[in-house]
Amino acid sequence: MSALRILVPIKRVIDYAVKVRVNKAQTGVETAGVKHSINPFDDLSVEEATLIREEKLGRRAPGGVEEICAFSAGPPKAQEILRTALARGADRAIHVELKEGEDLEPLSVAKLLKAVVEQQKSNLVILGKQSIDDDANQTGQMLAGLLGWPQATQACKIEFGEADAVSVTQEIDGGTQTVRAKLPMVITTDLRLNEPRFATLPKIMKAKKMPLEKKTLADYGVSGEKRLKVLKVIEPPPRQGGGKVENVDGLISKLKELGAI
Amino acid sequence: MPPTTPQLRREVIAIYKELLYLGRDYPLGFDYFRPRLHKAFMANACLNDEAQIRQGIERAKFVQKEIEALYYLKRYRALKQRYNEA
Repeated sequence: MSALRILVPIKRVIDYAVKVRVNKAQTGVETAGVKHSINPFDDLSVEEATLIREEKLGRRAPGGVEEICAFSAGPPKAQEILRTALARGADRAIHVELKEGEDLEPLSVAKLLKAVVEQQKSNLVILGKQSIDDDANQTGQMLAGLLGWPQATQACKIEFGEADAVSVTQEIDGGTQTVRAKLPMVITTDLRLNEPRFATLPKIMKAKKMPLEKKTLADYGVSGEKRLKVLKVIEPPPRQGGGKVENVDGLISKLKELGAI
Repeated sequence: MPPTTPQLRREVIAIYKELLYLGRDYPLGFDYFRPRLHKAFMANACLNDEAQIRQGIERAKFVQKEIEALYYLKRYRALKQRYNEA
């Protein structure tokens, strides 16, 4: 029965409540002066790791939890979300510093995470199913592929069994499905997994003194080279307003006009 | 200044700070939240009975839970609408 070494990769994204705007050059969205926060799906994974350690709600891991390590690759400000993760229950944090505006593709992130997993000897990776900025939903799957580990995506329930077995209930179209695999494995979280807590002020203060390692991409032997090129980013067309018809005849003539009948 | 124990005073200040910190993300803005929070605390500044102050702290803790629930639900509903009900 192996003790869990959980890796929780998190990402700093534009806050969900912000209305995003396309920048003037149409190369991406405006990020300067916009409120950022932790990706909500990653928030769930931080919480789940903590719950597993606290052994709450039947999430008991037989081997116990040895360590929870939070990880983020991003601009210097990504440290803020790492500190919050530390306040909420992570033991250590690793920050791979990127320049402002530099962005990694899911494949690069997966390669980077693979290197981190190998260095940290993690045996469980819990990450958000997707980030709310790129919405790629690829990193977890690619990471599992690169590592050759089983993966359970869109988890809404995680249970630990005998002999390193883990049962994960997944959200699928129109219901749920349960898969079982042995550690090590990769799990991606879905919205209903848990209810993330708020870090209290004293814990945030304590988290400021907790260990946070700074690394670079080169430390892990990963290059941030791009395989995809963004050609153009545009806003969706504004919605056309609906019209009212007086009576049935009006409706029929309108439908004929539109070629629907 | 009414005589209060330093312990109680610390607790009141701690919960005030905690609420102030939570208020930074308030949907109507921190500028809306802060004066109202301040007013609510000032309205009870004259309390000098220990039981009453305790009651006030309990109420502040209740409000803290309410605000946390508000944030959680707001985000949960927004995400559910975006990702689960296409």
